[in-house]
Amino acid sequence: MIVLLQFAIGLVFGLGLVVAGMSDPAKVLNFLDIAAIGSGGWDASLAFVMAGAIAVTFIGFRLVLRRDQPIFGERFHLPTARDLDSRIVAGPAIFGVGWGLAGFCPGPALTATLTGGAPAWLFLAAMFAGMAGARVLAARQVAPAAVRPPI
Amino acid sequence: MVATEFTPVAALSGGVLIGASAVALMAATGRIAGISGIAARLLPPYDDDGFAGRLAFVLGVVVAPLIVALVTGSMPVPRIEATTPVLALAGLLVGFGAVWGNGCTSGHGVCGLSRLSMRSLVATAVFMATAIATVFLTRHVL
Repeated sequence: MIVLLQFAIGLVFGLGLVVAGMSDPAKVLNFLDIAAIGSGGWDASLAFVMAGAIAVTFIGFRLVLRRDQPIFGERFHLPTARDLDSRIVAGPAIFGVGWGLAGFCPGPALTATLTGGAPAWLFLAAMFAGMAGARVLAARQVAPAAVRPPI
Repeated sequence: MVATEFTPVAALSGGVLIGASAVALMAATGRIAGISGIAARLLPPYDDDGFAGRLAFVLGVVVAPLIVALVTGSMPVPRIEATTPVLALAGLLVGFGAVWGNGCTSGHGVCGLSRLSMRSLVATAVFMATAIATVFLTRHVL
């Protein structure tokens, strides 16, 4: 039941990406190309995606978080980190370069699975490889030297 | 580059759907709708029993274009301009950077900003800046 619900929630997320045009890397790159403002080539649409999404979550999260617990869970899992460490700058800096190179962030990469052909699969494979690499590296960093797994 | 239309109404509507999905996930499971976090945790090691739910969410995102195709009669095909080596490099950077920075456009850019998280504000400002700089370099300098 809960798994079906999560499928439906993911479906709505994906529909949002496609309806918004965010699933199209050409649109994303034209949004990021602010130097084209003068020539009329800039596509400001994606600013409206963020505005629409945040308008809903800004109010919606506050209403939901008034509850003591989620409908199908014991507690809310909200990020607890507050410190501005090097990772919160380095990670997004690297992410942004990749996003600007291809126009894909993780959600649109997923919606392209069945529609983007081989190029989309290549990006997805590389993305999951990058994710795996970051998880391994993060685990090494956190784990004390004594309990590090052998390489 | 491919010319695109300015589509504010569609963009706003899609954004509302994304926001509604994030609120629904928070209400149902108590979790942030961060695509990179959900996708990355499909890979081992598994630290909780949420795998099936995450897989279901991801499959929902994956089949969404088919639903759009059924309703509108035309498949929404992504226009990918990047070459093969650039796609491979971009994928690595996006995957690594999203996990290293604990989030991407959805987790930081939507969920985090609406929670007024300072970490997400920093993350969003940084990835917007490097993405804009990258497009500037590749389109107008190199």
